[in-house]
Formats: sequence, structure tokens, C-alpha cells
Amino acid sequence: MSKDMQTGTPAASEKVAGFSKQARQQREIRLRRRSTLIATVSTISVFLAIYILVPMAPGWEKVQHSFFNWEIFEKTFPTLLNAFLLDIAIFAWSAPLIAIWGLALALARDARSPALFPLRLFATVYNDIFRGVPVILTIYLIGFGIPGLGLPRPWNSPYIWGSVALVLSYSAYVAEVYRAGIESIHESQRAAAKSLGLSHWDTMRFIILPQAVRRVLPANMNNLISLQKDVALLSFIGPVELLRQAGVFKSFYANFTPYLGAALIFLAVTIPATRFADSLMARQDKERR
Amino acid sequence: MTYKLQLIDVTKSFGTLEVCKGISFDVKKGELVCMIGSSGSGKSTLLRCINLLEAVDGGRILLDGHDITDPDLDPQPIRRRIGIVFQSFNLFPHMNVMENVMLAPRRVHRTPKAELLAETTALFERFGLADRMTHYPDQLSGGQQQRVAIIRALAMKPEIMLFDEVTSALDPELVGEVLDVLRKLKSEGMTIILATHEMGFAREAADKICFLDQGIIVESGPPEQLFTNPKQARTREFLSRVM
Ligand SMILES: Nc1ncnc2c1ncn2[C@@H]1O[C@H](COP(=O)(O)OP(=O)(O)OP(=O)(O)O)[C@@H](O)[C@H]1O
Ligand SMILES: [Mg+2]
Repeated sequence: MSKDMQTGTPAASEKVAGFSKQARQQREIRLRRRSTLIATVSTISVFLAIYILVPMAPGWEKVQHSFFNWEIFEKTFPTLLNAFLLDIAIFAWSAPLIAIWGLALALARDARSPALFPLRLFATVYNDIFRGVPVILTIYLIGFGIPGLGLPRPWNSPYIWGSVALVLSYSAYVAEVYRAGIESIHESQRAAAKSLGLSHWDTMRFIILPQAVRRVLPANMNNLISLQKDVALLSFIGPVELLRQAGVFKSFYANFTPYLGAALIFLAVTIPATRFADSLMARQDKERR
Repeated sequence: MTYKLQLIDVTKSFGTLEVCKGISFDVKKGELVCMIGSSGSGKSTLLRCINLLEAVDGGRILLDGHDITDPDLDPQPIRRRIGIVFQSFNLFPHMNVMENVMLAPRRVHRTPKAELLAETTALFERFGLADRMTHYPDQLSGGQQQRVAIIRALAMKPEIMLFDEVTSALDPELVGEVLDVLRKLKSEGMTIILATHEMGFAREAADKICFLDQGIIVESGPPEQLFTNPKQARTREFLSRVM
């Protein structure tokens, strides 16, 4: 070994480098273990404190009875799950419409030729209005207003007009996200496409949009998660989806536990979706480095 | 009509900044013309004007004797006749390099698929990249990316090729392979205008050198004369700085 070092052969230097790298890795593992331990201990103590202290509060008995009632939870949860299918359905038909209408609005805002100015103006005003009004207000105005015109069945359904309200609101947000993506693509990509003789629309379709849509995917995932929750707002105009069903049970049993069940169901969907969006974002950050 | 391209008194400003202050020169078919000059002298701007990526403010640009700066003309068919390659490659990162090359001929010339594939493969073979066709741009070296950018421009079958400092972003050992491509194109009879800082290459390969300074052509002529016996003091001063 010492002879190797003296002659300075490549094998010797490799061994030296390999050894110090191993030591460094071991050190890192030790550090990581220690921080995991600290995190675990502190988390357990916090929960322990809550578990011991909260029941000592004077109103705990009552709260426990009306919010954490296992009997009522057991009785209502299957029906709540069933009601959630309606949320999923509303989400499932609204989301693609939002993606398409949002994209159309983004493209309209990007229209460059003067002849298309009215289109651009429309998209700008549209986005300002629908992003400026609370979603619930749009749902009330459209969900009650349009069926109020006395349309024949099935065109007076709150399902249709509630969904329409969601689509109109959310596509304004999604359009802005797309537009940010379109603008983030470097001008040199347009120049390259132009120099090859590609038309404005072909440039958009084959060069700009595929890159832009990919780049804003995490942001749009977050919009989708938000939409999944806001579907529950339709309960205010009629459809008996999860939140509404929980409300019905609350009145029937005079107990809030069904709301807790509803919250658990929402979390079961939104937490994994949020983690997925985060990991997407992390992956894109890594790619761009 | 003996000239492939003629610039007559071309002017171009950005706001109050006059970048081209009346530039005239001409290029014969099959000629390689080099533009040299310090940074900011307007070389890139001039190439972008020839390709109609920028509109000129005044003067005329004649391609085969026809003025292409006429604002009533549709610029797209003209751009197709003039290929341009940029310093920063500008490949499309979301497509593999074969798709990069085939997109424009497919959309613009509507070349049938089988024919296009054969042509594209032939181009990649000609420039030594046949085994890289399905790679994405970021999987290639700078020199390879720049060769793909050249292939992409050639696939449109242009009559003139413009090169804007195509070796400036490359590591020194990769410059050679791109310059080889330029020599090859010239030997095949392509008309070429090249903005470059590679004085050695300009001297060896160019038919004519134009020296730009502050928006005008100070001096132009065959490389031997311009490099060994410049007439203008500004040319002498520039050459002594870069050589
Ligand atoms: N789009 C633009 N808007 C405003 N100014 C510009 C624009 N493009 C170029 N310029 C300016 O025009 C001048 C000439 O630029 P140009 O890129 O043509 O020079 P160049 O000779 O190619 O220089 P280099 O050797 O550094 O590439 C510079 O001062 C530049 O800042
Ligand atoms: Mg330049």
C-alpha cells in the first residue's frame, strides 16, 4: 500500500478517494438517524400532551359526544362514501372542460394579430371578472339564476348549472396558469420556429404549448385539488353530495360527527394528490437544474 | 441577376439606437461571405434582417433580384428559402433530434413521411450523427447539438444559409467538427453568410470578408488582402486586437 502511494499509481489514489467517501457516507447516515430520532421523540411528546391535557378541559365530555361519536360515525360513513361518488362525478366531468376552456382562454389572450383584438379583450375581461368574484357567488348566481329563467327539464338541473359555474370560475385561474407557462418559453424558441417557416399556429401547437403545459403541470395539479374541494360548494344550490349529506345527518342525529367523516374523506383524496403535485414539482426543479 | 443576395443601404434601429446605418454588400451564388467585427457591431441584427426575423427600417434586400423587404409580401415562404443557425442552437428540447429536423418539412412542405424519413436519415449520415437520431438535445454534446441545428435548417432545402457565431458557445475542442460542416457545405456549392470570431477559419475558407464597425461596413474584400493589407485604420486596429 505505502509503495503504491509512493509511486502514485491510479489504483492508489482511487483507494484513498474511496475510503474518505465511505467515511463521509457513514457520517451522513449517523446524522440522519439522529434527526429522525429527535423528530420522533418530539412528535410523540406533543401527541401525548394533547391526549392527556385535552380531556381535562371542562367541555371535553360534550365535545367528545358530539364530534367523536363512534356509533354515529359507523352508521353514517357508508352513506357519506356513497355521496362522495357524486363529488367525484362532478369533478370528473368538470375537470376536462376546465382544461379545454382554460386553454382556449389562454390562447385568446395570446392572440397577436390586431384583427383578433376583440378576442383578446374578451379573454382579459373574462379572466378579471371570474377571478375577481368568489366561486360561491358565481355558483349562486348561475345555479339559481339560470334555472330561474324557467327552462324545461332537464335544463333546469342544478347539477348542470352548478358544474357550469365551476367550469367558468376555474377556467379563469387555469387560463392564467397556462399563460404564465406560455410566456415562460424563451423567445428564441419562437425565433427558431419562425426561421424554419412554421406558421404562428404550428409554432404554438408543436413548440410552445407542449413545453408550456408540461412546465405548469404542478401548478395546475394544485388547481385540480382546489376544485376537488370546491365541488362541495354545489351543496348550497341543491345536489346531495358529500357535504350536503353530512349536513342532513347532522340535523337528523343532532351530532357533528358526520362532518368529521366528510373531512376524512376529503383528506383521503387531497393529501395524496398534494404529495403527488409536490413530487412533480420537485422533479421538474431537478430537471431544470 | 448574377447576385444571389444583395443588400442595398439597409438601416435598422432599436428605439434611438442605430444598429445598421446603411449597409450594402452582395453575395454571389456559392460564395462564402464572412462578417467580422466587435461585439455589438450589428452582425446578428443584420442576419436576422436577412431572414426577416426583424423588419428593416430602410433600404432593400434582394434575393435573386426580388426585394424581400416589401411589407406586402408574406414572409414565411421567403424564410423557407433562407436557413439560419443561431449561436445558442435553439433546438426544441421536448422532441428528439429527428423530430426536430422533420417537423418543419412535414408541416410546411408536406413532404410524404417515407420520403422525409429517407431524406432525414441521409442528412444525419452525411454529418456523422446517424447513431444519435433518437436522442434528445440535452443528451448530446454542444458540437452535436449545433450540427443538428444545421441539419434542421438544411432539411428545409434553403438556397442560402446564415450562420450566427455558431461556434461561440462551444468548447474549443468541439469547434472543429462544426467548422468541418461549414467547409463541406461550401464545397457542395451552398451560398453562406457567416458572422464569426474565428479569424483563422474566415481567412482560410471565406471568399469575401466584411468588417463591420458601429453599424457600417468599414471595409470588405478577399481575405488575403483584408487580413494582410487592410486599407482602413479601424480595420487594422480591430485585427491587431483579435489576432
Ligand atoms: N431586440 C433588440 N432590442 C434592442 N436592442 C437590440 C436588440 N437586438 C440587438 N440590439 C442591440 O443592437 C446592437 C447590435 O447587436 P447585435 O446582436 O446585432 O451585435 P453583434 O454584432 O451580433 O454582437 P455579438 O458579436 O456580441 O453577437 C447591440 O447594441 C444590441 O444591444
Ligand atoms: Mg451576435
